[in-house]
Amino acid sequence: MRRFLANEQFEINCSQAVVMRARRVRISKIEEMVMLASPPSAVDDTVRKPCRLSLSDRIETWLPKIILAPTFVVTLLFIYGFILWTGCLSFTTSRMLPNYEFAGLSQYHALFANERWWVALKNLALFGGLFIAGCLAIGLSLAILLDQKIRGEGFIRSVYLYPMALSFVVTGTAWKWMLNPGLGIEKLVRDFGFHNFTFDWLTNSELSIYTVVIAGVWQSSGFIMAMFLAGLRGVDDSIIKAAQVDGASLPVIYWRIIIPSLRPVFFSAFMILSHIAIKSFDLVMALTGGGPGFSSDTPATFMYTFSFTRNQIGMGAASAMMMLMIVAAVVVPFLYSELRSSRRG
Amino acid sequence: MADSSNTQTQGSSRFGRYLIYTLLGLVCLYYLMPLFIMLSTSLKTLDDIRTGSLVSLPAHVTFQPWLDAWSKACIGVRCEGMSVYFWNSFRFVVPAVLISTLAGAFNGYVLTLWRFRGSDIFFSALMIGCFIPFQVILLPMARTLGELGIFNTISGLIFVHVVYGVSFTTLFFRNYYVTIPDELVKAARIDGAGFLRIFWRIILPISTPIVVVSIIWQFTQIWNDFLFGVVFSSGDHQPVTVALNNLVNTSTGVIGYNVDMAAAIIAALPTLFIYIVAGKYFVRGLTAGSVKG
Repeated sequence: MRRFLANEQFEINCSQAVVMRARRVRISKIEEMVMLASPPSAVDDTVRKPCRLSLSDRIETWLPKIILAPTFVVTLLFIYGFILWTGCLSFTTSRMLPNYEFAGLSQYHALFANERWWVALKNLALFGGLFIAGCLAIGLSLAILLDQKIRGEGFIRSVYLYPMALSFVVTGTAWKWMLNPGLGIEKLVRDFGFHNFTFDWLTNSELSIYTVVIAGVWQSSGFIMAMFLAGLRGVDDSIIKAAQVDGASLPVIYWRIIIPSLRPVFFSAFMILSHIAIKSFDLVMALTGGGPGFSSDTPATFMYTFSFTRNQIGMGAASAMMMLMIVAAVVVPFLYSELRSSRRG
Repeated sequence: MADSSNTQTQGSSRFGRYLIYTLLGLVCLYYLMPLFIMLSTSLKTLDDIRTGSLVSLPAHVTFQPWLDAWSKACIGVRCEGMSVYFWNSFRFVVPAVLISTLAGAFNGYVLTLWRFRGSDIFFSALMIGCFIPFQVILLPMARTLGELGIFNTISGLIFVHVVYGVSFTTLFFRNYYVTIPDELVKAARIDGAGFLRIFWRIILPISTPIVVVSIIWQFTQIWNDFLFGVVFSSGDHQPVTVALNNLVNTSTGVIGYNVDMAAAIIAALPTLFIYIVAGKYFVRGLTAGSVKG
């Protein structure tokens, strides 16, 4: 290490020692050995003598931290600080304007006494469950089909994936048009001669949430397909060859060997999809607007409505905190189990 | 991967392959159908829409809905079409993408090649920002933007998108720079290069792929955003996605489905264009983003 053996100028030696100290985590084994081998006085000097760094050296030493500082401040304030702030608001009586009159858990009591919130939670469970299951099933099936040495695979893949480039608002607008009972798919099928066919889910308060599932699965399943396809390409060929030699049929090989080995992909796909489901706002707004009535509300649209159009800031904050907890309840156990299994493996 | 021809007879294997191709083709149609219907509807007259079928081609192709959607359709009280909002979106998306990508590059550079005590904890803390539902920051942010005097402005939207986009861009660059050997930076330091010089001269030139991924990802995310747009802006300052939603969902009089569809395609064009031109990078961004979940 030239820097310790050949340094004549104390100034440089000193500043670099500071840098070295700051970066001691990263010193490699070899470097450690060299440091031990170098004359002890050289190392001692840098530690004992007071370092007098020139200004530019000092800036140089601090530059990485200075660069990181804005992000640090922003993260602290605008993520953690704001979560706390919203938490505080949820314990107040705030309505149209925020105030800081402590109200205990009354907003949460009111929230869970609100029928509309229960509809939103029920819809989240329905939509989340069907959306995740649908995307996983379609994504995996398409990936397996596409993995059979298909000609034109690249083109087909891009067709399956393009909805992901669209905004949920665009998707919602398109499906709103196709699902509208008067002129959409209902009319199309009736024109084929099935005169009693009804497909009025969009305007049926019992079924409107399922239209969100249809549009959501259409938009996101291609992406899940791409994830599974990448996972399939990573499966070790020799295991499959060995199973084939043992006489296992293709479905058995997939069911017993390949699909179980895709566990990590299932994990990430589940995380992404549950995230999309919990945050589902734009799609619902564009497709049903939460309606008819509030039959297709989700927690995200509930939060928006109560905070910004119905002037119930306290309850809006309480619902936002509940959303955060739902995300945490989904993400934390999964993250934990994944970290543990990856550490073991 | 596994070819079925080893285990099965030629005949059934050929039938199987036909079946697979048919299935894949049908699914292609399913994914393309909404785009086709949007496009054909946007080129039809209203009469044609009422009499014709959802999937039929326009009887007479008309570009009037497109002209209306671009410069005449009424959104709120203004009847100047989507063009205003389309340019609005560009005005905040481009700066927000560039700033968040640059910040992400610097952050990633520090967090991998200039680590200090606590930098790993900082990175984990930053990553949690990728997980939170944004509803939890809406109320304080609306208040803060108001205090800063940038509520309902283009600068306000730039600010919000940079603040909540940096987590993702940092993740991209950090995961990319982790693969750079330390020796490269060490050698440059011995030669006397400093923090910034190493970044501009060595790191940035080898970062082109991840810069492209980050720009595409951020552009798609911010362009397609609806939540921040609808909460933090109103009237003339709204992004294109919010304008589209207002156009479609607040209809007075005759519903112009053809205009709605033209407007929807207009709102989707920039991201579709990027997908077609740089699909490879787009997919890479999605999978890189998927690390965060």
